[in-house]
Amino acid sequence: MGVLQILIGGAAQGCIYGLIALGFVLIYKATETVSFAQGELMMLGAFAGLVLMTVLGFPFWLAVAGAVAAMLVLGMGLERLAIRPVLGQPAFSIVMLTIGIGYIARGAITMIPAVGTETHTLPVPYAAGVMQVGGLVLGLAQVVVIGVTAVLCALLYLMFRFSRIGIAMQAASQNQLAAYYMGIPVQRLNGLVWGLAAAMAAVAGLLLAPITFVHANMGFIGLKAFPAAVVGGFGSLPGAIVGGVLLGVVEALAGFYLPEGFKDVAAYVVVLAMLMVKPNGLFGEKLHKKV
Amino acid sequence: MRYLFKTDYGQDIDLAKHDGHRFWYGLLLTALLLAPWWLGDYGLAQLSFILIYAIAGLGLMLLAGFTGQISIGHAAFLGVGAYTQAVFAAQGWPLPASMAVAAALSAAVGVVVGLPALRIKGVYLGIATLAFGFIVEEVLARWESVTGGNAGMSVGSADVFGWKADTDMSFYFICLACSVLATLGVLNLLRSPIGRAFIAIRDSEISAQSMGIRLAHYKTLAFALSAALAGIAGALYAHKIRFLSPDQFGFVQSVDLLLLVVIGGLGSVHGAFLGAAFLIAMPQLIAAGKDLLPAAVGQAPGLQAMVYGLVLVAFVLLEPMGLYGRWLKLRTWFELFPFYRRGMFKRQRSFQKSERLK
Repeated sequence: MGVLQILIGGAAQGCIYGLIALGFVLIYKATETVSFAQGELMMLGAFAGLVLMTVLGFPFWLAVAGAVAAMLVLGMGLERLAIRPVLGQPAFSIVMLTIGIGYIARGAITMIPAVGTETHTLPVPYAAGVMQVGGLVLGLAQVVVIGVTAVLCALLYLMFRFSRIGIAMQAASQNQLAAYYMGIPVQRLNGLVWGLAAAMAAVAGLLLAPITFVHANMGFIGLKAFPAAVVGGFGSLPGAIVGGVLLGVVEALAGFYLPEGFKDVAAYVVVLAMLMVKPNGLFGEKLHKKV
Repeated sequence: MRYLFKTDYGQDIDLAKHDGHRFWYGLLLTALLLAPWWLGDYGLAQLSFILIYAIAGLGLMLLAGFTGQISIGHAAFLGVGAYTQAVFAAQGWPLPASMAVAAALSAAVGVVVGLPALRIKGVYLGIATLAFGFIVEEVLARWESVTGGNAGMSVGSADVFGWKADTDMSFYFICLACSVLATLGVLNLLRSPIGRAFIAIRDSEISAQSMGIRLAHYKTLAFALSAALAGIAGALYAHKIRFLSPDQFGFVQSVDLLLLVVIGGLGSVHGAFLGAAFLIAMPQLIAAGKDLLPAAVGQAPGLQAMVYGLVLVAFVLLEPMGLYGRWLKLRTWFELFPFYRRGMFKRQRSFQKSERLK
């Protein structure tokens, strides 16, 4: 029973990684750029929720919707102002650009007096709830994380499979130029993808908030989402979630069975091993470039 | 406007292209040699830091700027060099010997990291180096019998065969000598077949490969050399800062090094020095500017991160060639006055080059 409980805890943590990784993968598929600011977007989302709930006194659901919508707009604005002008330049530039955006976000939050430097708890209705299933004792927060992730995945799947926008996004991610010739507004779609990624990050932040806390450095967890994305195969949406859950579970097991210190690097060891053995990840497609 | 008439093939690869170069770089070197007499102690210490970071920056420049391999874990090599130096210096090894060991060990670690680079590239390589950086940091923190763990480790002053470099001035000269040698080494490397192979790999791996350049060999070499330079910088860093702890070699330091090469100007040796000067001067400028700002902004703890981020974003968006690019433009403006056109350095916007073409 103990092991099962560890597994579920790890899976919940892994779902967070997976959600952040989904953001990377969405952006990578659409624009072939990597966003290092995803963790900071998650932090901003959590803070947005916090401010809406505690300062403005919104009810829980309204605050969640508000935070996600705000991040959607922020993501689209970010794409328009910062990312679009450097598209077509080496990947290195965009990596540095997003690192810079992350710095700005972290600095900006820390500069807000009385909010940025403190550690907050997000007052969610299910915060301290505990659920008993059979002999298992599960924190409600963890169950919610897993449930919401599953629902989000289903929604994304439906969107990419059936909606016009989703299919257009798929087309644009396969070949931007051809999609553009077919009358798909590729640039506007890219903006939407960034918005979507930021919204996902906000959801991840709101889900993570009851488990850890809300503080300016919570974005560093985004660095663990990279390994998740790579393990799953960088261009694969289901891969991101699977990779995230896998890493979460490995971390939890490493924390339980291995000496102290292994838990923090378990994700990185796994990703290095994965890159050595199968560089394209679990679900990545193997593509060769022709001259 | 200067016209160069080449009368000899040797002129194509001369380090100093014309007398102007000789004069100005000679002047710079003289000024640096005399620095202890015209700079205060504090300035000298900062200048030593600039030189140390410039050496590390040269290493990363070689890798990221000239070979086109991204590394988001470069602080790991710095850390390996620093701790190696600390351990061997504690056992009484003279500086040149222990520094050679530090460089060699860093290079060996660099080869290990370079191995995955043969199979992966771009983003994946960035993440592999990132992962590697975290692992090294954790190893430094946990291997307490050697590194002292999170409690840290203090380092004595540098010892060159019995001559103790325990003053700011003597240590400054060691840094200066190392950085001059490193710069000459990198410049020489870049005009040799190896350096040309690096640049060819950066510009197009497939073309380079079809010209007969062994990718595996040269990528590993680039990683090894880059790591060795970072190791040398780390060895000097250990003596300069006198106290090592693992968190000095974490993700933030790696990002600082990337910041250095991007702001200095990717793909230029000057850029490593300009970027290092910028990186060291930045916190001072922020501290000086703090008092001018209203207290709510000036005293806020996030100011530094915010300014770093803004500067980085501004450089990537507005001046992708960094400080060195800005200097090139300025120089060209004076050289061609009044014929300089705004579009002369315009980067061509290419269509997104896909890495996953079928």
